[in-house]
Amino acid sequence: MHTVPLTLITIVGEAVLAEPLIRALHALGVSGHTLSEARGQGSRGRRTGEIPGDNVRIETIVDAALADRIFALLAETYFPNYAVVAWSTAIQVVRGEKYVPPPRG
Amino acid sequence: MSLGEILAANLLSPIVLAFALGVVTRLVRSEFQLPKDLYSALSIYLLFALGLKGGHELTHASFDAIAGPVLVTLLLGCVTPLTSFAVLRYAGNFSDADAAAIAAHYGSVSAVTFIAAQTFATSVGAVPEGFMPTLLTLLESPGIHIALAIGVLKVGAGQRSSGELLHEVLTGRTMILLVGGLLVGVLMGERGWSAVSPFFDSGFKGALTLFILEMGIVAADRLHELRRVGLFLLGFGVGMPLVHGVLGAVLGTFAGLSVGGATVLAAMAASASYIAAPPATRMTLPTANPTYSLTASLAITFPFNVVLGIPIYYQVALLLQGK
Repeated sequence: MHTVPLTLITIVGEAVLAEPLIRALHALGVSGHTLSEARGQGSRGRRTGEIPGDNVRIETIVDAALADRIFALLAETYFPNYAVVAWSTAIQVVRGEKYVPPPRG
Repeated sequence: MSLGEILAANLLSPIVLAFALGVVTRLVRSEFQLPKDLYSALSIYLLFALGLKGGHELTHASFDAIAGPVLVTLLLGCVTPLTSFAVLRYAGNFSDADAAAIAAHYGSVSAVTFIAAQTFATSVGAVPEGFMPTLLTLLESPGIHIALAIGVLKVGAGQRSSGELLHEVLTGRTMILLVGGLLVGVLMGERGWSAVSPFFDSGFKGALTLFILEMGIVAADRLHELRRVGLFLLGFGVGMPLVHGVLGAVLGTFAGLSVGGATVLAAMAASASYIAAPPATRMTLPTANPTYSLTASLAITFPFNVVLGIPIYYQVALLLQGK
């Protein structure tokens, strides 16, 4: 089957971040996202789970350029003060054309 | 009854015993906890029942009786965040962000402490005025906004506008259920109330007891943080509620509230929010350490108020009203 090479961005962080983060991702141009609850512990220890409500896991499929812009946003706005972890995975996506921005002009 | 007798009776109340059971559950490392959805459902039930009952009783209150208490409640909402901030910043040497974040919790109100105070006052025969839940809704928001405004002025805003913050606090679960419940309670009249009261009135104390059991577990989860927050915050978590509680009892008495009403207003002023304030604070003052505010409000002030504070405020209200 025909697939398209793309990047899966996964962000796990404090539940309070879900709404602002998703808004920011869409403002950067992601075409969709998946939101789920997450539990765990990290270098900030229990800080992640402190505020009632579990942590959240946000996943989105993007091209490489957008992936870089998302990481830049996270590094600038969220990493300094919040418990957030983010990583990217190279993936092959069926019907992947959906996630590639149309050529400009 | 003397203060000692009241304290002893309070210790054996279902609320305090259920809280203690929750703490013990954690101390013996039991895996038990209320399912998250049940905890959430119980809080919805309690808040909506509180609103409905308050709304129903509001229809019996005259404007003259309620005007004074409304004014002193708003005054308390403005004063408590300022005193909290001043004490934390200048006596406790907390950073601007931390002092403002903790002050936002102490300026707002804990609905569960309010319910515990109402239950206590009723059980000792000092039935509070029926419009007390209306006052609760008034005290929820100003404290958070004033304290966060101080924080934003001092350290700059997080990533959100004041409009977003206002929207979040005013449309949060507590406000929707309480204010919505009050409106439904006012509009549904006597017939409506008698139709729903078997569910919302009869089951109330039982549901509260179960909810408090989980609060004991949640508070005990934070006990190990007590060492990290330091002695000053421990003292603050007990001392500040006492000051605000006495102020609440004085202002409540001045505004014409009964002993029961003044006791409940005192407990409201003394309580610290742990539902509405934490997310608002986290997003607006991201550099503040949430361990401080949550541990102080949940593991120190909440148990203090439920076990010792409320009977003390009752005694203060009795003294003030010469009874």
